[in-house]
Amino acid sequence: MSKTTATRARPLSPHLQIYKPIPTMMMSIIHRITGCALYFGTLLVAIWLMAASGTPETFARVQAIYGSWLGLVVLFGFTWVLVHHMLGGIRHLVMDTGSEAALGKDQSRRAAVAMPIISIVLTILVWIVAIMARGA
Amino acid sequence: MTDMRTPLGRVRGLGSAREGTIHFWRQRLTAIANVPLVLFMVGLMVALVGAPYEEVRATLANPFVTLVVILFLVSVLYHMKLGMQIVIEDYVHREGAKVALIALNIFFPLVIGVASVFALLKIAFGG
Repeated sequence: MSKTTATRARPLSPHLQIYKPIPTMMMSIIHRITGCALYFGTLLVAIWLMAASGTPETFARVQAIYGSWLGLVVLFGFTWVLVHHMLGGIRHLVMDTGSEAALGKDQSRRAAVAMPIISIVLTILVWIVAIMARGA
Repeated sequence: MTDMRTPLGRVRGLGSAREGTIHFWRQRLTAIANVPLVLFMVGLMVALVGAPYEEVRATLANPFVTLVVILFLVSVLYHMKLGMQIVIEDYVHREGAKVALIALNIFFPLVIGVASVFALLKIAFGG
């Protein structure tokens, strides 16, 4: 008796594809993905620090790679991912307080919808300041 | 309902994994610490974009900068270790692969951290 129930295919709980994507859910998923991306992004920071501790030639080579077209695209993406994850994290910290302002249906939806917009604007601002600082 | 826990277990409040909410708590604690530390690091990077070798080294050798960057590394690397551990536990179900990845997830931040801190100290001590 117990053997037959154990080998029979058990019903599975519904997974992602069955749900309609909603902003809060998308932001939760993106928070995980950006977190994983930042995990490997620390390699870029470590390489930069190690290059600075090395010879001027090593540093120049790394800076040339980071300053190349592809390097700048990666760094811009890195900045956006970082800003997005930080905003998401702050959002989660506010939600952890359990306040209605953070967890209410409309409020949480609005915060989630604002996330990509605010993160892109902030990322562009950081880069404008960086480019201005370089020019000065 | 009868509480099956022993009085000592109830007082400790650490549950069956004997860890309680420590993982959750440290994730939040490092998250809060990360906010100012990451902002400082972004500011530092922005200030040093395209800067010459000597200037970058002089800035990193400033004791305050060295200290904050080391704090940044500790907080960020611990935070990401905790986060990646949850991701592995959620999505990797084969026992061998899970154990291997959990171990790698401890080694990776350690290697990144030790290499980065060594580089910083080398610059700070004028090596």
